[in-house]
Amino acid sequence: MFAAASPLLMGLSVSSHTKAFGFPILTVIVAIPAISAAVMFALPKAMEKAAQWLAFAASLATLLCAAILAFRFKAGPTGYQFVTKHWWVKTFGISWNLGVDGISVFLVLMTAFIVPIVLAGTNVTENRRSYAAWMLLLEAACLASFMALDVFLFFVAFELTLIPAYFLIAAYGQGRRGFASIKFFIYTLFGSAFLLVAILVVAFSYQAKTGHLSFDLIQLSSLHLLSTSTAKWLFVAFTIAFAVKAPIFPFHTWSPDAYEAAPTGGSVALSAIMAKLGTYGIIRFDFALFPKATVDLAPIFLTLGVVGILYGAIVAAVQKDLKRLVAFSSLSHIGFIVLGLFAFTSQSITGGILQMVNHGILTAGLFLLLGMIYERRKTNKISELSGLQKAAPVLAGTFTLVMLASVGLPGLNGFVGEFLILIGTFATHRWWAVVATSGVILAAVYLLWAYQRVFHRKAEGENAKVADMSWRERAVLLPIVVAIVFIGVYPRPFLSRITPTANAMVKRALIVGDAKVNQTVTGFNTTITHQAQQGKNNPDPLIKSAHNSVAQNIPAKNNKEALAK
Amino acid sequence: MNLGVVPTLALVVPKINYWAILPDLILIGGALAVLALSSLTGRRFPAIWYSVSTAFLALATLGSALYLWFDITGKHHHAFVAIDAGIAVDGFSQLITMLVAATLFLVALSAPGYLRREGAGGPEFYVLSMLSASGAVLMGSANDLIVMFLGLEVLSIALYVMAGSNLKAIASGEAALKYFILGAFSSAIFLYGIALTYGSTGSTNLASIANYLAKNLLEHNGVLLAGAALMLLGFGFKVALVPFHAWSPDVYQGSPTPSVAFMSSVAKAAGFAGLIRVFYSALPTLRLDWQPVLWVLSVATLLVGSVLAVVQTDVKRMLAYSSISHAGFILIGLVAANPSGIAGSLYYLFTYSFLAVGSFTVVALVAGKGDSNHSLASYRGLSKRHPYLAAAMALMLIAQAGIPFTTGFLGKFYVLAAATDAHSYALALIAILSSVIAAFFYLRLGVLMYAPDGGELAVAPAVASGSASGSAQAGSASSAAATALAGTELLDAEDELLPVTRKGSWFAVPDDRGGDPILDDPAMAGSGVALVVSGDEAISGEVVNGPGAVGELRAPEIIDVPSSEKAGRDIGAAISIAICCTVTVFFGVFPSMLIDFAKQAKLLF
Repeated sequence: MFAAASPLLMGLSVSSHTKAFGFPILTVIVAIPAISAAVMFALPKAMEKAAQWLAFAASLATLLCAAILAFRFKAGPTGYQFVTKHWWVKTFGISWNLGVDGISVFLVLMTAFIVPIVLAGTNVTENRRSYAAWMLLLEAACLASFMALDVFLFFVAFELTLIPAYFLIAAYGQGRRGFASIKFFIYTLFGSAFLLVAILVVAFSYQAKTGHLSFDLIQLSSLHLLSTSTAKWLFVAFTIAFAVKAPIFPFHTWSPDAYEAAPTGGSVALSAIMAKLGTYGIIRFDFALFPKATVDLAPIFLTLGVVGILYGAIVAAVQKDLKRLVAFSSLSHIGFIVLGLFAFTSQSITGGILQMVNHGILTAGLFLLLGMIYERRKTNKISELSGLQKAAPVLAGTFTLVMLASVGLPGLNGFVGEFLILIGTFATHRWWAVVATSGVILAAVYLLWAYQRVFHRKAEGENAKVADMSWRERAVLLPIVVAIVFIGVYPRPFLSRITPTANAMVKRALIVGDAKVNQTVTGFNTTITHQAQQGKNNPDPLIKSAHNSVAQNIPAKNNKEALAK
Repeated sequence: MNLGVVPTLALVVPKINYWAILPDLILIGGALAVLALSSLTGRRFPAIWYSVSTAFLALATLGSALYLWFDITGKHHHAFVAIDAGIAVDGFSQLITMLVAATLFLVALSAPGYLRREGAGGPEFYVLSMLSASGAVLMGSANDLIVMFLGLEVLSIALYVMAGSNLKAIASGEAALKYFILGAFSSAIFLYGIALTYGSTGSTNLASIANYLAKNLLEHNGVLLAGAALMLLGFGFKVALVPFHAWSPDVYQGSPTPSVAFMSSVAKAAGFAGLIRVFYSALPTLRLDWQPVLWVLSVATLLVGSVLAVVQTDVKRMLAYSSISHAGFILIGLVAANPSGIAGSLYYLFTYSFLAVGSFTVVALVAGKGDSNHSLASYRGLSKRHPYLAAAMALMLIAQAGIPFTTGFLGKFYVLAAATDAHSYALALIAILSSVIAAFFYLRLGVLMYAPDGGELAVAPAVASGSASGSAQAGSASSAAATALAGTELLDAEDELLPVTRKGSWFAVPDDRGGDPILDDPAMAGSGVALVVSGDEAISGEVVNGPGAVGELRAPEIIDVPSSEKAGRDIGAAISIAICCTVTVFFGVFPSMLIDFAKQAKLLF
């Protein structure tokens, strides 16, 4: 394949044991929801009930495959695993090219984990068949985006997510759904416009250098294709698309409208799954294609991340609608992820990636809970809710747990990610980390305040009569609660798979990118990079070193047993 | 070169290779045969036969073009010129022929339903469309400016008549007159361009012109440039490039919808075929002169088309502006001026014609009897009344917006790739941003169809969200005024409409979720109640005075056919739409075949 020794390919090559798993599991993971969606559109209306069951079964089958994938995923190597590649449009060098590494494998798992919960936990009043079909199509498109190693394939899957999301909002939403769906669509399309042109420029630069056109990510990132200034422009073009999708601070205005107008399932899909496409795109494509430009322009995005953290948190505090509140809190949390990614240390990137998974699980939980409140009270306005705790103690309790995880309470999953991000960022960008930390406090402010207003106080009128969670609703939220606690207490299985990829990424940026980072890296980070460089050919010490360093640098009082291992 | 001496030669009749012009012969012969047969038999054939024979002839044309295609792309064969080098038989011309034949086939399928609704059963529409198609085919394969002009005129004159073929509608006559006067003017200008080009190069043959220009350096090329500019104007009019586009919204709006479906794809394909052949084949030496001009035209067309489409409230006008914006995209391939650009333009033309025919066929169905319900409000809640029709329209719109896994996206990708290859990054970015603007009005129609109460942005953006139903009311009221005439016409036709049943129509699959009980009830519908269907809440209704409101309300029901002819009334249109949708999605998911097809469709010179 490619020479593994080349620093350009570090962490980007295809792992050698790829062939061991003959079954094209990645294609299957995309195909199950995609084909089921197509079948469901074709089913007659009379079979609506069957269609719903089919959708749920399909999403469970996808989850099963994703779980098998996660278990078979080798923790050591840094390259892509389970790669499948077939020509799609040979004229343009476009291929059906899928593969997962330590970043994408968990996003795939998270997507596959959330969709069955959404299908089981949300309901729409009419045309349920299409609703489930759109949801599955959205899942397929997101999964394909997460696994695509072909830039073109990524782009089409990335764009395809708009269609189901548009229909979910426009046809099943509430309030200003027409406005919100169009705003969301146009905004995202605007970002993608730059992405498409930038992708073409990269591909044709490759053609100019090698003589053939290719959209293969590994091939495109294996050469120094671009001059520094071109790379910067292209980096900006790519990142605008991802920033809109994520959303990162100044590009976020579509998201409160869309989250508010979407049905519960749509909000979950938008915030938990689709938003990750943005941050994922930054890691996968910006870091791989323009490592130097990413490092050079990182301060801008670090700043945007911090602004997003604070701005999102402050604006969330004054929202009158719970869904908008979660939307802005989401902006704040995405800010943390951005901070982690652009701080360019092993911990911060590991934390950023883990936080992507965490954020998905947490917002899914929050939006599902808000959906349950909406079903009972037909409103999410804070002013009309009060004292729900009395009538619905289980609902309140579950909300508390999810909320505390979102605030970042130790022992729950939000803490692990945010802590790694902050500690990693502190090493290279001290002041950004210091300011960002206040976001954690602000999160406690707006969430606890909202909780107080909605669940405490005196229950009046309808609020006193709300039903508690049904068994079905408890069953729906149980997996989310389990995941929150599990990741909070025992993140090792996740970290051990993410860290090698994150290490390789930092290392590649250091070598290919800019030596500047090397100088600013202080303390334990230098150790990591040194150790990482020494252990280039042997992945195992790499993990160990990463874990040791994580362990060494986490104060003992906060140190969960999992991290210590 | 001495152009002053005219050699006195006896008229030499060139050897005619009939195989080379077989598609054209089938179309012209077929048109004349259908016309003659219908006259001789005194119109005793049922009207459906005209449609069937036209569809059959279109397929025969397609088959003959396919035969020629395999003949010239085979291993030991190659493209050739025929009839004294007046006709080029190359991949390019055969692709255009196939495109025209496919469009003819689809329009022939969808026309009978429309003609029956309008009470026009004769063969004229089909004969004219076949003749027009033959002109388009001739333009696609012309290797001589005179032949090109011949094709242009045959194409155009038939189109003028088709535009005015709805004798009952004043708008149709207006459209025809406008189209004719401006079209005749542009043809004259085009002819003057040919004359100037001939004057400065000594030939009307495209290959000879290219040869002459390659071998000779003109000391003063002002006349040649003027000739090229005038020819560009002629073509630009035909394909509706800004600033030669002003006719197109009016003509699209006024003409009978099947004619629009036909002209929007065939006239565009023929015009672009001519444009590409003349500028890319005959005038490549002037590239540095025409490239910047086309760049400006392309940008203007893209932006004006998409921006003006946003403010339209008439769907046909909106699609007219959208087709202008598509013309801007197609032009990008020529601006790139590389082989992949030409292939991209061809691919775009080919796939766009299916989109255009598909969407205008849906528009014709929604417009119903009188071909008059084209306001955005007629589409409100279409998904509830006619889920399949709405889904087809949504697909057509999504494809035109350039969303992946449709041919529309790949067309855009193809030309943008060519532009990037030619380092026209700015053009690529402007084009893709204009398609973002364009997405707005496609989506707005989608919201109207799928979220009738949530689409307040669509009609009255200023209205606050709280008064969704109120603004919807305002929307229907304003467009009601526009279609007041239609309203009265519809009331006249009430007797025929009353026995409408949902099961009667191919599209109107019974909706067991019970779309809208009041709308379903013709008696209630006749009483002047305008409705706003809201997604999850109860139906709110409000009495609105005036015939226009009734027209608004009745509009959708007219899609359903009178029970007297339940079976198969719109099967033709349904098949036509289904083919368009299938092509759009299938080649969107498995694009290789069509992309290579466009790539192989090379110009001879």
